[in-house]
Amino acid sequence: MDYQDIELLRFTTAGSVDDGKSTLIGRLLYDSKSIFQDQLEAVEESSKSKGFDYVDLSLLTDGLKSEREQGITIDVAYRYFATPKRKFIIADTPGHIQYTRNMVTGASTANLAIILIDARKGMLEQTHRHAFIASLLRIPHAIVCVNKMDLVDYSEDVYNGIVSDFNAFSSKLGINDIQFIPISALNGDNVVNRSENMDWYQGSTLMYHLETVHISSDHNLVDCRFPIQSVIRPHTLENQDYRGFAGRIDGGVFKPGDKVKSLPSGFVSTIKTIELNGEQISEAFAPMSVTMTLEDEIDNSRGDMIVRENNVPEIGQDLEVLVTWMSSKPIQARTKVVIKHTTNESIGMVKELKYKIDINTLHRIEDITSVEMNDIARLSIRTAKPMFYDAYKRNRQTGSIIIIDEQTNETIGAGMII
Amino acid sequence: MSNYVINHLKELESEAIFVIREIAAQFENPVLLFSGGKDSILLTHLAKKAFYPAKIPFPLIHIDTGHNFPETIAFRDALVEKLGVKLIVGSVQEAIDKGRAKEETGADASRNSLQIVSLLDTLEEYKVDAAMGGARRDEEKARAKERFFSHRDEFGQWDPKNQRPELWNLFNGRKNYGEHFRVFPISNWTEMDVWEYIKLENIDLPSLYFSHQRDCVVRDGVILANSEFIKLKENEEVVNMTIRYRTCGDMPITGAVESEADDLEKIIEEIATTRTTERGGRADDKRAETAMEDRKKQGYF
Repeated sequence: MDYQDIELLRFTTAGSVDDGKSTLIGRLLYDSKSIFQDQLEAVEESSKSKGFDYVDLSLLTDGLKSEREQGITIDVAYRYFATPKRKFIIADTPGHIQYTRNMVTGASTANLAIILIDARKGMLEQTHRHAFIASLLRIPHAIVCVNKMDLVDYSEDVYNGIVSDFNAFSSKLGINDIQFIPISALNGDNVVNRSENMDWYQGSTLMYHLETVHISSDHNLVDCRFPIQSVIRPHTLENQDYRGFAGRIDGGVFKPGDKVKSLPSGFVSTIKTIELNGEQISEAFAPMSVTMTLEDEIDNSRGDMIVRENNVPEIGQDLEVLVTWMSSKPIQARTKVVIKHTTNESIGMVKELKYKIDINTLHRIEDITSVEMNDIARLSIRTAKPMFYDAYKRNRQTGSIIIIDEQTNETIGAGMII
Repeated sequence: MSNYVINHLKELESEAIFVIREIAAQFENPVLLFSGGKDSILLTHLAKKAFYPAKIPFPLIHIDTGHNFPETIAFRDALVEKLGVKLIVGSVQEAIDKGRAKEETGADASRNSLQIVSLLDTLEEYKVDAAMGGARRDEEKARAKERFFSHRDEFGQWDPKNQRPELWNLFNGRKNYGEHFRVFPISNWTEMDVWEYIKLENIDLPSLYFSHQRDCVVRDGVILANSEFIKLKENEEVVNMTIRYRTCGDMPITGAVESEADDLEKIIEEIATTRTTERGGRADDKRAETAMEDRKKQGYF
């Protein structure tokens, strides 16, 4: 096995206190042999001293737990493990106060969301929230783990009931790929190893899903988008005329020889080379960082975007966005802000607050005067200069913005362009 | 490749290069904190790739404790020469001489904590607004919550309670006067990723990382190199051992592991089967023997 050639999968775990999320993460790490001996000994020691008769795997995320006890704000923590098939990055977002803000942050870079449901409790309000946020952030894949099956006698009926409840709710959401798995994180049923207690379940384990879910089409491969980060000009004798555009591909497939258009200038040219460190690249696609040179001398700079001549993004100063508000300071209409979009930045004005979404019922709340922390709301924003954007549902990179407070420079909102 | 998928190392590389380019674009006086360890060597390699064929557009800062391995200094100087990049050395000795820092005393004295004074002085002297480092989130629990762009107030402090949320690949480097950022482009790399990438890219490392013979002192279970910076205690004796280093810090405090791994292939094999954390510190080294349990046999690394 050549483990240099494995893919990277980023996933979030959505859950709140007592649903077994920490235990599930601990179980994944433990059963995939990702726990080091010294870490495990510490957890065994700690379990023993607490008088448990089993090793409490949730203690592997102990750093966060003690913080919780101290009442410190917890936000996204990242964890890592690998199997011979894939490398995984978990964005672990504890679910209590500031839940929405944290989960949105974790979800923004995820390929997949694990949604945990306690088999004894079934669908809760929080499950609605988790599913809604996963769909709002367009996480391409979701796995619903019905946990604590050991506490409902591994009952198929209980499981089927939850699956049909979830489906009834999620049909409104538009998550394309949902898998359901009955598990017991505590005992390890269907996490890494197949359960011997649920013969009625014919599907695969959680780990198998994580290792095999098809992620190569998670990026947009159709609409070519290359936001320029900086211009590379070496100013050396051998490279006097070199002018390379450095950036990361946000969509589509670029090849040398392609006719491209530069925004906002509108100049058309042909890709001369795509390279990195002097090595030529024949096809560049998301999320590759490359340097591009063009046949013609075009005066591009940071914030400009290279696209295909016949496939350009929206160009405009009026953005309709769904935002998650991240600041304890509410926002009103007519507030001046800074908008960051791809490598572009502009002064902007929040023109109108249209409505909030009640994330438990998905109902709209109209006639609002301010948007507060953890609210999800639709805003109209006017930017001082034209932006080159796509709808978020078409491209998560060119369809997203962050909103920055002009005075404090804090990130106060995360927006998805409609 | 034809599948429009890049492997995990290329994706991590791509992410790190994106972040490094953002630093260069968003800040006026960025620097790269170069310790001479593998992570900062990797970071320097990625910075070179990010701006090629131009040179790295920011200086490297090395905080020299005066207790470095001679191999580290020689390696640093050769690398700087090869890349044609500017090197700024912040000297702990100088800080001590100026009375800015006070040398610890006793047999276990180290200059590790004194580095902070020199670092902050150097950052201030050069008006640095972004200092990038090779720290990784898998190193320890607190770091698991660190941002790529980590904001520091005017006193250089980190406020974990009030970190800026980081969404998508939109990094907010805006700051008020006097504030600066620490930036960690290889946040998402694990120790294994680092070694695999070093092998993939054939990156030169100081000889310390490879198995060699050295005169050592075993103190509290930790294998230390015998050097002029270490005072032998009673009952301690100098032993010649076959060792290598997993991390590289100051001579008097960096523990070695007994190892026969003399090339990257063997090091990766060793790490794959190691069952203790890189930062296990003393416990790490004490357990060097049990560390060799073979996880790989079971099909995992």
